[in-house]
Amino acid sequence: MERHFDTELADLKGSILQMGDLVEEAIIDSVEALKKLDKDKAAKVIADDKFIDESELKIDEECLDLLALRQPMAVDLRFITMAMKISTDLERMADLAVDISQRVLELADKPLLKPLVDIPKLTLLAQKMTRDAIGSFIKKDVDLAKQVILCDKEADDLRNLVQQELLNDYISKNKETIPRAIPLLLVARHLERICDHATNIAEDVIYMVEARVVKHHIEKLDK
Amino acid sequence: MDNKIKMQAKNVDFFYGKTQALKKVSLDVYSHKVTAMIGPSGCGKSTFIRLFNRMNELVPHTTLCGEIFLDDLEINNPLVDAVDIRRRVGMVFQKPNPFPKSIFENISYGLKVNGIKNKAFIEHKVEDSLKKAVIWDEVKNRLNDSALKLSGGQQQRLCIARCLAVETEVILFDEPCASLDPISTAKIEELILELKKEYSIVIVTHNMQQAARVSDCTGFFLLGELVEFGKTQDIFTAPKDKRTEAYITGRFG
Repeated sequence: MERHFDTELADLKGSILQMGDLVEEAIIDSVEALKKLDKDKAAKVIADDKFIDESELKIDEECLDLLALRQPMAVDLRFITMAMKISTDLERMADLAVDISQRVLELADKPLLKPLVDIPKLTLLAQKMTRDAIGSFIKKDVDLAKQVILCDKEADDLRNLVQQELLNDYISKNKETIPRAIPLLLVARHLERICDHATNIAEDVIYMVEARVVKHHIEKLDK
Repeated sequence: MDNKIKMQAKNVDFFYGKTQALKKVSLDVYSHKVTAMIGPSGCGKSTFIRLFNRMNELVPHTTLCGEIFLDDLEINNPLVDAVDIRRRVGMVFQKPNPFPKSIFENISYGLKVNGIKNKAFIEHKVEDSLKKAVIWDEVKNRLNDSALKLSGGQQQRLCIARCLAVETEVILFDEPCASLDPISTAKIEELILELKKEYSIVIVTHNMQQAARVSDCTGFFLLGELVEFGKTQDIFTAPKDKRTEAYITGRFG
C-alpha cells in the first residue's frame, strides 16, 4: 500500500541531502581558503554558516513533527531519529569548517611556516569521508558506511603526523614559530574532528539500515 | 495554501433539555483540509460535528443557539432544506451502515432519490465513486452481491463512496475506524488524505494518534468547551493550553 507518509520521508531525506551539500561545500571552501590563504573565501564560509544552522533547525522541526504526527515504527522510526542525529553531526562539521576558516584569517598575513604535505592529504580524506557518509545515508548503503568508518584510523594517523612534525621540528626548536604553528596544529585537529563526525554518521546509517549498533564497537563491523 | 473557509460555527451553544453540551463554540473548517476534533467521552465533539449537517435536530428536546455556515449559507435558516444540507455535507459513522441492498444499489440509491434516471450516468457515477473510495477493484466483479457480505473495512469505504456519489462537498467522519482493524484503519486514513484534495473533511476521533496522522487542524474539546484549536503540528508538539497538553500526553484526570 502506498503511504502519504513516504512522501514526507522523501522530503526529509531531501532536506538532509541539501544540508549535506552545503556542509561539503563549506569544508571544501575552508580548505581551499587555507591552501591559498584566501581571506575572502574564509570570511564567506564563516558568513554562510547561518544557512547551515537554519537547515539544522528546519530538519529538527521536520523530524519532531513526523515523530509526533505519524508515530513511526521500526525502520521509519530509525530513519527519523537518525536523521535528527545526522543533522547535528552535519552542523558540527560546518562549525569545524568555520573554525578552519578562522585559522586561515589568523595565518593569512604571515608566510606559511612550511609547505603543507599531510594537511592536504587529511583534507582530501575529510572531504571523501563526508561525501561518502552522506551518500551512505541517502542510498542506505551499509558497505559504503563501513568504508567511512574504516577510514577514521587513517585520519587519526594523519593528524598525529602533523602534530608530531609541528611539535618536534618547529615549536620545540624555535618558539617564534608558535603563532604560525598552532593554527596549523588546530587545522589538523579540526579536519580530524570532521572525520569523526562523518564516522558517527556512518555508524548511524548502519543502525538505521540493519538495526545493529556498531558505535564504540568497531569489531562488530563485519558481523 | 488554500485557506478558504468551507464551514463555520459561530458562538454555538447546544442543549439536550436543560443540559448544556456545547458552550460558545466558534470554529472554522477550511476547504481541502482535514479538521479533527479530539477530547474525552462526553466532551461534546460528536454533538458538535452533528451540527454541521443538522443531525441533532432529529433528537427531541434539543436547543441550538448560534450560527452554522456552509459557505455563505446559514444552514439552520428555516428556508433551508435539511435534506439538501445532508447531501452537501455527508456523514460516515462509527459503525458502517450500508443499506441491506446490493453494492451497486447502495451507491445508486442516493442518485435515484435525487431524481436521476439516466442509467448510463448512474453506472458511471457508481464506478467513479467506488474508485474514489478505493474499493472498486475489490467489488467490481460482484456489484450485485449484498453489501452486507463485505468486510467491515470494505463496508466503511462503501459508505464513503455513497457520500461521494451525490456530490457531497464536506464529509463528516464520526469515529470512522472505531470498529476496524489496523490495516483497514490505515486504508481509511490513506483514503481521507486522498479525499481532502477534492472535499473538506471533519473527523471526530477518540484516537488522538489518528487525529495527528490525518488532520491539518485539530480542536480539543473538554466539557463542552473548545479549549484549543490550531494547526495539528502545533497542537501535538507544543499545545498552548495546559489542559490540551495534559490530555494529549495522557496525564488527564
